[in-house]
Amino acid sequence: MSVLEVSHVSKSFGSKNVLQDVSLTFDENKIYGLLGRNGAGKSTLLNIMTNRIFADTGEVKIDSERINDNDAKLGLIFLMSEVNLYPNGNTLNQIVADTELIYGSFNHQLAERLAKEFDLDLTSKFGKLSTGYNSIFKLILALCVPVKFVLLDEPVLGLDANHREMFYSELIQTYTDNPRTFIISTHLIEEVANLISDVIVLDEGRIMLDQPVEDVLAKTHSVVGPQKDVDAYTKGLNVIGHDNMGTIRVNYVYGDLDDRRLPDTVQLSNFDLQKLFIFLTNQFEGSRHYEN
Amino acid sequence: MQFQFNSSEPIYRQVAEQIEDAIAAGGFEEGQQIPSTTEISKEFHINPATVLKGMNIVVAKNLIEKRRGLGMFVTNGAHQRIVSEKKNLFFENFVVSLVKEARSLDISESELLELIKRGYDK
Repeated sequence: MSVLEVSHVSKSFGSKNVLQDVSLTFDENKIYGLLGRNGAGKSTLLNIMTNRIFADTGEVKIDSERINDNDAKLGLIFLMSEVNLYPNGNTLNQIVADTELIYGSFNHQLAERLAKEFDLDLTSKFGKLSTGYNSIFKLILALCVPVKFVLLDEPVLGLDANHREMFYSELIQTYTDNPRTFIISTHLIEEVANLISDVIVLDEGRIMLDQPVEDVLAKTHSVVGPQKDVDAYTKGLNVIGHDNMGTIRVNYVYGDLDDRRLPDTVQLSNFDLQKLFIFLTNQFEGSRHYEN
Repeated sequence: MQFQFNSSEPIYRQVAEQIEDAIAAGGFEEGQQIPSTTEISKEFHINPATVLKGMNIVVAKNLIEKRRGLGMFVTNGAHQRIVSEKKNLFFENFVVSLVKEARSLDISESELLELIKRGYDK
Protein backbone atom coordinates (compact mmCIF):
# COMPACT_ATOMS: atom_id res chain seq x y z
CA MET A 1 0.00 0.00 0.00
CA SER A 2 1.38 3.39 -0.98
CA VAL A 3 0.12 6.41 0.87
CA LEU A 4 0.81 10.03 -0.04
CA GLU A 5 0.71 12.30 2.96
CA VAL A 6 0.68 16.07 3.16
CA SER A 7 1.21 17.29 6.70
CA HIS A 8 0.86 20.82 8.00
CA VAL A 9 1.95 22.44 4.75
CA SER A 10 1.94 26.24 4.63
CA LYS A 11 3.14 28.47 1.84
CA SER A 12 3.07 32.18 1.26
CA PHE A 13 4.04 34.31 -1.70
CA GLY A 14 5.05 37.71 -0.31
CA SER A 15 2.35 38.72 2.15
CA LYS A 16 -0.25 36.36 0.67
CA ASN A 17 -0.81 33.10 2.55
CA VAL A 18 -1.58 30.68 -0.27
CA LEU A 19 -1.73 27.52 1.84
CA GLN A 20 -2.38 27.46 5.56
CA ASP A 21 -1.66 24.33 7.56
CA VAL A 22 -2.88 21.88 4.94
CA SER A 23 -2.94 18.20 5.98
CA LEU A 24 -4.26 15.47 3.68
CA THR A 25 -3.82 11.74 3.19
CA PHE A 26 -4.22 10.15 -0.23
CA ASP A 27 -4.82 6.42 -0.14
CA GLU A 28 -3.95 3.94 -2.83
CA ASN A 29 -6.27 3.36 -5.79
CA LYS A 30 -8.82 6.07 -5.17
CA ILE A 31 -9.92 8.92 -7.42
CA TYR A 32 -9.86 12.24 -5.59
CA GLY A 33 -11.43 15.48 -6.75
CA LEU A 34 -9.53 18.57 -5.62
CA LEU A 35 -11.93 21.48 -5.89
CA GLY A 36 -11.45 25.15 -5.18
CA ARG A 37 -12.14 28.53 -6.66
CA ASN A 38 -9.54 30.42 -8.68
CA GLY A 39 -6.63 31.31 -6.41
CA ALA A 40 -7.67 28.84 -3.69
CA GLY A 41 -4.21 27.24 -3.74
CA LYS A 42 -4.87 24.02 -5.71
CA SER A 43 -1.99 24.36 -8.15
CA THR A 44 0.40 25.48 -5.42
CA LEU A 45 -0.50 22.39 -3.41
CA LEU A 46 0.00 20.06 -6.39
CA ASN A 47 3.33 21.71 -7.18
CA ILE A 48 4.50 21.24 -3.59
CA MET A 49 3.38 17.60 -3.68
CA THR A 50 5.67 17.02 -6.65
CA ASN A 51 8.64 19.01 -5.36
CA ARG A 52 8.35 21.65 -8.08
CA ILE A 53 8.11 24.33 -5.43
CA PHE A 54 8.86 24.12 -1.72
CA ALA A 55 6.64 24.52 1.29
CA ASP A 56 7.57 27.16 3.89
CA THR A 57 6.68 24.69 6.62
CA GLY A 58 5.30 21.17 6.70
CA GLU A 59 6.20 18.16 4.59
CA VAL A 60 5.06 15.73 1.93
CA LYS A 61 5.78 12.03 2.36
CA ILE A 62 5.17 8.82 0.47
CA ASP A 63 5.10 5.79 2.76
CA SER A 64 6.67 7.83 5.57
CA GLU A 65 9.61 9.04 3.47
CA ARG A 66 9.95 12.69 2.50
CA ILE A 67 9.76 13.28 -1.23
CA ASN A 68 12.18 16.22 -1.32
CA ASP A 69 15.16 15.32 -3.50
CA ASN A 70 14.09 11.69 -3.15
CA ASP A 71 14.17 10.37 -6.73
CA ALA A 72 12.76 6.97 -5.78
CA LYS A 73 9.64 8.57 -4.30
CA LEU A 74 9.32 11.35 -6.86
CA GLY A 75 9.36 8.64 -9.53
CA LEU A 76 6.04 7.43 -8.10
CA ILE A 77 4.24 10.72 -8.83
CA PHE A 78 3.41 12.47 -12.08
CA LEU A 79 1.87 15.95 -12.30
CA MET A 80 0.14 17.05 -15.48
CA SER A 81 -0.45 20.79 -15.41
CA GLU A 82 -0.88 23.82 -17.58
CA VAL A 83 2.82 24.63 -17.32
CA ASN A 84 4.71 23.41 -20.38
CA LEU A 85 7.91 21.67 -19.37
CA TYR A 86 8.83 20.48 -22.83
CA PRO A 87 10.88 22.20 -25.56
CA ASN A 88 8.64 23.57 -28.32
CA GLY A 89 10.95 22.28 -31.04
CA ASN A 90 10.80 18.64 -29.91
CA THR A 91 8.49 16.16 -31.53
CA LEU A 92 5.99 14.37 -29.34
CA ASN A 93 7.84 11.11 -29.96
CA GLN A 94 11.05 12.67 -28.57
CA ILE A 95 9.21 13.87 -25.47
CA VAL A 96 7.78 10.37 -24.98
CA ALA A 97 11.31 8.93 -25.22
CA ASP A 98 12.63 11.47 -22.68
CA THR A 99 9.75 10.74 -20.31
CA GLU A 100 10.45 7.01 -20.58
CA LEU A 101 14.09 7.67 -19.61
CA ILE A 102 13.04 9.62 -16.51
CA TYR A 103 10.36 7.18 -15.33
CA GLY A 104 12.06 3.94 -16.36
CA SER A 105 9.25 2.65 -18.54
CA PHE A 106 6.28 3.83 -20.60
CA ASN A 107 3.08 2.21 -21.85
CA HIS A 108 3.69 2.72 -25.58
CA GLN A 109 0.80 0.52 -26.56
CA LEU A 110 -1.70 2.69 -24.63
CA ALA A 111 -0.06 5.90 -25.87
CA GLU A 112 -0.40 4.83 -29.49
CA ARG A 113 -3.99 3.75 -29.06
CA LEU A 114 -4.90 7.05 -27.34
CA ALA A 115 -3.05 9.13 -29.94
CA LYS A 116 -5.01 7.35 -32.67
CA GLU A 117 -8.32 7.72 -30.85
CA PHE A 118 -7.80 11.44 -30.23
CA ASP A 119 -6.36 11.86 -33.74
CA LEU A 120 -3.02 13.18 -32.49
CA ASP A 121 0.05 12.86 -34.70
CA LEU A 122 3.03 11.95 -32.50
CA THR A 123 5.48 13.19 -35.14
CA SER A 124 4.26 16.80 -34.75
CA LYS A 125 6.25 19.35 -32.81
CA PHE A 126 5.12 20.16 -29.27
CA GLY A 127 5.10 23.92 -29.89
CA LYS A 128 2.70 23.55 -32.81
CA LEU A 129 -0.11 21.96 -30.76
CA SER A 130 -3.37 23.83 -30.14
CA THR A 131 -4.44 24.37 -26.50
CA GLY A 132 -6.70 21.32 -26.65
CA TYR A 133 -4.10 19.02 -28.20
CA ASN A 134 -1.47 20.36 -25.81
CA SER A 135 -3.71 19.10 -22.96
CA ILE A 136 -4.43 15.82 -24.76
CA PHE A 137 -0.75 15.08 -25.27
CA LYS A 138 0.10 15.81 -21.64
CA LEU A 139 -2.81 13.60 -20.55
CA ILE A 140 -1.47 10.76 -22.66
CA LEU A 141 1.90 11.12 -20.91
CA ALA A 142 0.16 11.15 -17.50
CA LEU A 143 -1.79 7.96 -18.25
CA CYS A 144 1.21 6.06 -19.67
CA VAL A 145 3.91 6.63 -17.06
CA PRO A 146 4.42 3.87 -14.45
CA VAL A 147 3.50 5.86 -11.34
CA LYS A 148 1.32 5.23 -8.28
CA PHE A 149 -0.03 8.79 -8.06
CA VAL A 150 -1.31 10.68 -11.10
CA LEU A 151 -1.98 14.35 -10.37
CA LEU A 152 -4.05 16.15 -13.00
CA ASP A 153 -4.31 19.93 -12.74
CA GLU A 154 -7.18 21.10 -14.97
CA PRO A 155 -6.89 18.03 -17.21
CA VAL A 156 -9.59 19.00 -19.70
CA LEU A 157 -8.45 22.57 -20.32
CA GLY A 158 -9.28 23.47 -23.91
CA LEU A 159 -10.82 20.07 -24.70
CA ASP A 160 -14.12 20.09 -26.57
CA ALA A 161 -17.11 18.18 -25.17
CA ASN A 162 -16.42 15.07 -27.30
CA HIS A 163 -12.80 14.89 -26.21
CA ARG A 164 -13.76 15.42 -22.57
CA GLU A 165 -16.19 12.48 -22.77
CA MET A 166 -13.48 10.34 -24.35
CA PHE A 167 -10.97 11.35 -21.71
CA TYR A 168 -13.24 10.43 -18.76
CA SER A 169 -13.99 7.04 -20.33
CA GLU A 170 -10.29 6.38 -20.99
CA LEU A 171 -9.46 7.42 -17.44
CA ILE A 172 -11.87 4.78 -16.11
CA GLN A 173 -10.51 2.16 -18.50
CA THR A 174 -6.88 2.70 -17.48
CA TYR A 175 -7.88 2.94 -13.82
CA THR A 176 -9.67 -0.43 -14.13
CA ASP A 177 -6.78 -2.06 -16.03
CA ASN A 178 -4.14 -0.68 -13.72
CA PRO A 179 -5.54 0.72 -10.46
CA ARG A 180 -3.64 3.69 -9.04
CA THR A 181 -4.43 6.95 -7.31
CA PHE A 182 -5.72 9.90 -9.31
CA ILE A 183 -6.00 13.43 -7.95
CA ILE A 184 -8.01 15.62 -10.29
CA SER A 185 -8.17 19.36 -9.85
CA THR A 186 -10.98 20.85 -11.89
CA HIS A 187 -13.59 23.58 -12.14
CA LEU A 188 -15.96 21.31 -14.05
CA ILE A 189 -17.48 19.77 -10.92
CA GLU A 190 -20.55 18.23 -12.54
CA GLU A 191 -18.43 16.33 -15.04
CA VAL A 192 -16.41 14.57 -12.32
CA ALA A 193 -19.03 14.43 -9.55
CA ASN A 194 -19.79 10.72 -10.01
CA LEU A 195 -16.30 9.81 -11.14
CA ILE A 196 -14.47 10.75 -7.97
CA SER A 197 -14.75 8.69 -4.81
CA ASP A 198 -13.48 11.40 -2.47
CA VAL A 199 -13.75 15.16 -2.53
CA ILE A 200 -11.42 17.79 -1.16
CA VAL A 201 -12.48 21.43 -1.13
CA LEU A 202 -9.77 24.02 -0.71
CA ASP A 203 -10.86 27.55 0.13
CA GLU A 204 -8.45 30.42 0.58
CA GLY A 205 -5.60 28.05 1.32
CA ARG A 206 -7.46 25.95 3.88
CA ILE A 207 -9.08 22.53 3.68
CA MET A 208 -12.81 23.01 3.92
CA LEU A 209 -13.92 19.47 3.15
CA ASP A 210 -12.09 16.14 2.84
CA GLN A 211 -14.46 13.15 2.72
CA PRO A 212 -15.92 10.37 0.58
CA VAL A 213 -18.43 11.86 -1.89
CA GLU A 214 -21.14 9.47 -0.75
CA ASP A 215 -20.86 10.64 2.87
CA VAL A 216 -20.85 14.27 1.78
CA LEU A 217 -23.97 13.96 -0.37
CA ALA A 218 -25.83 12.11 2.39
CA LYS A 219 -25.45 15.25 4.49
CA THR A 220 -26.93 17.64 1.91
CA HIS A 221 -30.58 18.51 2.41
CA SER A 222 -32.67 21.04 0.56
CA VAL A 223 -35.75 22.03 2.52
CA VAL A 224 -38.51 23.52 0.37
CA GLY A 225 -41.82 25.11 1.36
CA PRO A 226 -43.42 28.27 2.76
CA GLN A 227 -40.75 30.46 4.38
CA LYS A 228 -42.22 30.33 7.89
CA ASP A 229 -42.38 26.52 7.97
CA VAL A 230 -38.99 26.06 6.31
CA ASP A 231 -37.25 28.45 8.70
CA ALA A 232 -38.90 26.79 11.68
CA TYR A 233 -37.84 23.35 10.50
CA THR A 234 -34.21 24.34 9.86
CA LYS A 235 -33.77 26.44 13.01
CA GLY A 236 -30.56 25.40 14.73
CA LEU A 237 -29.41 23.30 11.74
CA ASN A 238 -26.36 24.16 9.64
CA VAL A 239 -28.01 26.25 6.90
CA ILE A 240 -25.34 27.14 4.33
CA GLY A 241 -27.50 28.88 1.76
CA HIS A 242 -31.00 29.70 0.62
CA ASP A 243 -33.10 30.56 -2.40
CA ASN A 244 -36.39 32.43 -2.65
CA MET A 245 -38.88 31.80 -5.39
CA GLY A 246 -41.81 34.10 -4.64
CA THR A 247 -43.16 32.97 -1.28
CA ILE A 248 -41.45 29.59 -1.57
CA ARG A 249 -38.24 29.28 0.36
CA VAL A 250 -35.42 26.77 -0.05
CA ASN A 251 -32.96 26.40 2.80
CA TYR A 252 -29.85 24.34 2.03
CA VAL A 253 -28.62 22.36 5.02
CA TYR A 254 -25.26 20.64 5.28
CA GLY A 255 -25.09 18.22 8.18
CA ASP A 256 -27.39 15.90 10.03
CA LEU A 257 -31.08 16.62 10.47
CA ASP A 258 -32.56 16.00 13.89
CA ASP A 259 -35.72 13.98 14.47
CA ARG A 260 -38.17 16.88 14.57
CA ARG A 261 -41.32 16.18 12.56
CA LEU A 262 -41.40 17.34 8.94
CA PRO A 263 -44.49 19.55 8.35
CA ASP A 264 -46.78 18.47 5.47
CA THR A 265 -46.05 21.74 3.68
CA VAL A 266 -42.29 21.11 3.59
CA GLN A 267 -40.38 18.81 1.24
CA LEU A 268 -36.95 17.32 1.71
CA SER A 269 -34.42 16.17 -0.86
CA ASN A 270 -30.65 16.10 -1.36
CA PHE A 271 -28.65 18.53 -3.49
CA ASP A 272 -25.53 18.02 -5.56
CA LEU A 273 -21.81 18.55 -5.14
CA GLN A 274 -21.65 21.64 -7.33
CA LYS A 275 -24.30 23.43 -5.30
CA LEU A 276 -22.59 22.44 -2.06
CA PHE A 277 -19.28 23.71 -3.42
CA ILE A 278 -20.78 27.06 -4.38
CA PHE A 279 -22.32 27.59 -0.94
CA LEU A 280 -19.23 26.45 0.97
CA THR A 281 -16.87 28.70 -0.97
CA ASN A 282 -19.15 31.70 -1.34
CA GLN A 283 -18.41 33.18 2.07
CA PHE A 284 -22.14 33.05 2.53
CA GLU A 285 -23.47 33.47 6.06
CA GLY A 286 -23.20 30.15 7.83
CA SER A 287 -20.56 28.73 5.50
CA ARG A 288 -17.83 29.44 8.01
CA HIS A 289 -19.64 27.63 10.78
CA TYR A 290 -19.04 24.25 9.26
CA GLU A 291 -16.22 22.28 10.79
CA ASN A 292 -14.88 19.30 8.96
CA MET B 1 -30.26 0.51 -20.54
CA GLN B 2 -31.30 4.14 -20.18
CA PHE B 3 -29.63 5.71 -17.19
CA GLN B 4 -31.06 8.95 -15.91
CA PHE B 5 -29.38 10.06 -12.75
CA ASN B 6 -30.61 12.60 -10.27
CA SER B 7 -29.03 14.12 -7.20
CA SER B 8 -31.66 13.11 -4.68
CA GLU B 9 -30.51 9.54 -4.14
CA PRO B 10 -27.09 7.89 -3.79
CA ILE B 11 -25.72 6.87 -7.20
CA TYR B 12 -25.05 3.25 -6.21
CA ARG B 13 -28.72 2.82 -5.33
CA GLN B 14 -29.75 4.40 -8.64
CA VAL B 15 -27.44 1.98 -10.47
CA ALA B 16 -29.18 -0.94 -8.70
CA GLU B 17 -32.65 0.44 -9.47
CA GLN B 18 -31.88 1.08 -13.13
CA ILE B 19 -30.64 -2.50 -13.57
CA GLU B 20 -33.77 -3.83 -11.85
CA ASP B 21 -36.01 -1.58 -13.95
CA ALA B 22 -34.30 -2.82 -17.12
CA ILE B 23 -34.94 -6.43 -16.06
CA ALA B 24 -38.57 -5.63 -15.16
CA ALA B 25 -39.15 -3.93 -18.52
CA GLY B 26 -37.63 -6.86 -20.39
CA GLY B 27 -34.56 -4.92 -21.52
CA PHE B 28 -32.38 -7.58 -19.93
CA GLU B 29 -33.91 -11.03 -20.29
CA GLU B 30 -33.38 -13.95 -17.95
CA GLY B 31 -30.16 -15.77 -18.69
CA GLN B 32 -28.89 -12.78 -20.65
CA GLN B 33 -25.60 -11.04 -19.85
CA ILE B 34 -25.79 -7.47 -18.59
CA PRO B 35 -23.10 -4.80 -19.18
CA SER B 36 -19.98 -5.10 -17.04
CA THR B 37 -19.05 -2.74 -14.22
CA THR B 38 -16.42 -1.17 -16.45
CA GLU B 39 -18.83 -0.71 -19.35
CA ILE B 40 -21.42 1.05 -17.15
CA SER B 41 -18.69 3.03 -15.45
CA LYS B 42 -17.16 4.20 -18.74
CA GLU B 43 -20.46 5.02 -20.36
CA PHE B 44 -21.82 7.17 -17.52
CA HIS B 45 -18.56 8.34 -15.93
CA ILE B 46 -19.35 6.76 -12.59
CA ASN B 47 -16.62 5.54 -10.26
CA PRO B 48 -16.21 1.76 -10.76
CA ALA B 49 -16.48 1.14 -7.02
CA THR B 50 -19.86 2.91 -6.99
CA VAL B 51 -21.14 0.81 -9.90
CA LEU B 52 -19.91 -2.36 -8.21
CA LYS B 53 -21.68 -1.40 -4.99
CA GLY B 54 -24.92 -0.99 -6.95
CA MET B 55 -24.43 -4.30 -8.76
CA ASN B 56 -23.81 -6.07 -5.46
CA ILE B 57 -27.23 -4.96 -4.21
CA VAL B 58 -28.82 -6.63 -7.23
CA VAL B 59 -26.64 -9.73 -6.74
CA ALA B 60 -27.67 -9.92 -3.07
CA LYS B 61 -31.32 -9.98 -4.17
CA ASN B 62 -30.45 -12.91 -6.42
CA LEU B 63 -31.60 -11.04 -9.54
CA ILE B 64 -28.24 -11.23 -11.29
CA GLU B 65 -25.37 -13.63 -10.74
CA LYS B 66 -21.69 -13.61 -11.46
CA ARG B 67 -20.36 -16.32 -13.75
CA ARG B 68 -16.67 -16.54 -13.18
CA GLY B 69 -14.65 -15.23 -16.10
CA LEU B 70 -17.76 -14.40 -18.10
CA GLY B 71 -19.60 -11.57 -16.35
CA MET B 72 -22.99 -10.84 -14.83
CA PHE B 73 -26.16 -12.63 -15.97
CA VAL B 74 -29.85 -12.22 -15.15
CA THR B 75 -31.01 -15.14 -12.98
CA ASN B 76 -33.99 -17.37 -13.68
CA GLY B 77 -37.16 -15.98 -12.16
CA ALA B 78 -35.65 -12.50 -11.73
CA HIS B 79 -38.36 -10.84 -13.77
CA GLN B 80 -41.16 -12.35 -11.67
CA ARG B 81 -39.44 -11.46 -8.38
CA ILE B 82 -38.98 -7.82 -9.38
CA VAL B 83 -42.59 -7.55 -10.53
CA SER B 84 -43.92 -8.92 -7.24
CA GLU B 85 -41.63 -6.60 -5.27
CA LYS B 86 -42.88 -3.65 -7.32
CA LYS B 87 -46.47 -4.78 -6.72
CA ASN B 88 -45.85 -4.79 -2.99
CA LEU B 89 -44.53 -1.25 -3.18
CA PHE B 90 -47.24 -0.03 -5.53
CA PHE B 91 -49.51 1.24 -2.76
CA GLU B 92 -46.73 3.06 -0.96
CA ASN B 93 -45.06 4.46 -4.11
CA PHE B 94 -48.08 5.38 -6.21
CA VAL B 95 -51.45 5.16 -4.47
CA VAL B 96 -50.49 7.27 -1.45
CA SER B 97 -49.18 10.12 -3.59
CA LEU B 98 -52.10 9.80 -6.02
CA VAL B 99 -54.61 10.26 -3.20
CA LYS B 100 -52.57 13.11 -1.73
CA GLU B 101 -52.50 14.93 -5.08
CA ALA B 102 -56.23 14.27 -5.61
CA ARG B 103 -57.03 15.77 -2.20
CA SER B 104 -54.97 18.87 -2.91
CA LEU B 105 -56.98 19.30 -6.13
CA ASP B 106 -60.33 18.73 -4.36
CA ILE B 107 -60.98 15.58 -6.37
CA SER B 108 -63.42 13.41 -4.39
CA GLU B 109 -63.03 9.67 -3.89
CA SER B 110 -65.78 8.83 -6.35
CA GLU B 111 -64.35 11.25 -8.92
CA LEU B 112 -60.93 9.63 -8.53
CA LEU B 113 -62.37 6.15 -8.99
CA GLU B 114 -64.16 7.41 -12.09
CA LEU B 115 -60.85 8.79 -13.43
CA ILE B 116 -59.07 5.50 -12.78
CA LYS B 117 -61.81 3.67 -14.63
CA ARG B 118 -61.42 6.08 -17.54
CA GLY B 119 -57.67 5.29 -17.52
CA TYR B 120 -58.46 1.60 -17.95
CA ASP B 121 -60.92 2.23 -20.77
CA LYS B 122 -58.43 4.26 -22.76
